[in-house]
Amino acid sequence: MTRALDALKVGVLVFGAAVLQASIVGAFDVGGGRPDLLLVTVVAVALVGGTTTGAATGFFAGLVFDVATFETLGVTSLLLTLAGYWIGRYGETTGRGRTHAPLLSVFVMTIAYAVAGYVFHTILGDTVSAAVALGSALPAAIAGNLLLTLPVFALVRRLLAGPERVEGLREVRLLG
Amino acid sequence: MSRNRTARVAVLGSSVQRSAPPKHSSRTNPALKRRVVLGVLVLASLVLVTLYFREPEGGSLHAARSAGSAVLKPFQVAADRVVQPFRDGWEYVTGLVSAKDELKRAREENRVLRQEATQFKFAFEQSRELERLLDYVRSPAFPEDYEYIAAPVTAYPPSQFEQRLVIGAGENHGIRENDPVVNEEGLVGRVTEVTADTAQVTLLTDEKMAVGARDLDSDAVGIVRHGSAGQDALVLDLVEKRYAVEVGDRIVTSGTRSASLDSPFPRGIPIGTVTFVGQSDTDPYKQIQISPDVDFGSLHSLLVLIPKGAPR
Repeated sequence: MTRALDALKVGVLVFGAAVLQASIVGAFDVGGGRPDLLLVTVVAVALVGGTTTGAATGFFAGLVFDVATFETLGVTSLLLTLAGYWIGRYGETTGRGRTHAPLLSVFVMTIAYAVAGYVFHTILGDTVSAAVALGSALPAAIAGNLLLTLPVFALVRRLLAGPERVEGLREVRLLG
Repeated sequence: MSRNRTARVAVLGSSVQRSAPPKHSSRTNPALKRRVVLGVLVLASLVLVTLYFREPEGGSLHAARSAGSAVLKPFQVAADRVVQPFRDGWEYVTGLVSAKDELKRAREENRVLRQEATQFKFAFEQSRELERLLDYVRSPAFPEDYEYIAAPVTAYPPSQFEQRLVIGAGENHGIRENDPVVNEEGLVGRVTEVTADTAQVTLLTDEKMAVGARDLDSDAVGIVRHGSAGQDALVLDLVEKRYAVEVGDRIVTSGTRSASLDSPFPRGIPIGTVTFVGQSDTDPYKQIQISPDVDFGSLHSLLVLIPKGAPR
């Protein structure tokens, strides 16, 4: 029941983030770059929920975003699935509980997402300027995403009932 | 060591009895599970991309996306309306930040464009004037025995008391003192001083100028001088009373030489039109006023006439 409720919460959250990103946040051009609320949300969910939740959230978020923006179906899904998985793994192993983990995750993932997006779109034959995607737009995107990180992370942690409940945590400590 | 020891789950903090080990180790299942999930999702994404690319525009995936988009649209519209005031505020603030720079750039652009517009206008006017001069040179009115040197005016009379200007051609171009200066309207004056690359032209309206002239209609001859009626007014002097000079008669250079006047001007160059004719019992000559054909207030390019075959 709790899992289903969490899934519903995450679904609503990601749906809202995708709609906001597609129709509002993407229009805020600051210094040539745009913040990515959807990526930050996926990273926050993955950091709190783990690999499986992160990957599934990324897939669903990408699908909604591609539908909302008339993009090629599957492209954003693939990128966000990998992003959710990677950050989920980082959270499960070393990241969770560290205060800098959300900011570090978003910082690294913004760069990795930009590079992967550039490579993938280039493979698909889209015209993408490396100087813009990986140069002039990236610093502004990083700054915008870092600004969004703490409030989004706090919201996600509150929705998913705190960082203590950890999916897949099976480690035990011998007491004697 | 006994295998039946208490263990505590680190997160939950409650004591549990360790159960017998399962068939697979405790780390294998979650790792396998997450890898399977990742693999399935990545594969699903790649299948979506592939199918989407391969199917035609009206394919099932395109249709599904359109349907999904239609479902999402109300949410997007609602979100857009809710956020619109904040977005307007944001655009206002960012607009203020960049407004100063944009204003500065726009002013600079405006200054450059104005400069260019002025230059183009000047060049256009100069081109039109040169065209008119060329038409005059090619017309039958241009004196046969003369060549010409076209030169721009480089300095205008410094005051209303000075009736001289400077042109941008001089001795190096073949110009000498006393050469007549004309434009397409008529006689302008003559060269009174020459340097290597410039020449001073004394205008017909100068008090020291005198030109042998003839009335084309009455055939009367006389001398055109500066008049006292106005700055650009001229008089035709020394015309005997027997000639029937009338208002509207055309006055041109006579091209003749006399004891009192060694005219350097070729014959037939327009000077002006008679505007007043009078005579008195005490004066042996008529009093004739002329309005000059040349507008001395707007001279930009001039022609210096040079006799053909003259040693230079």
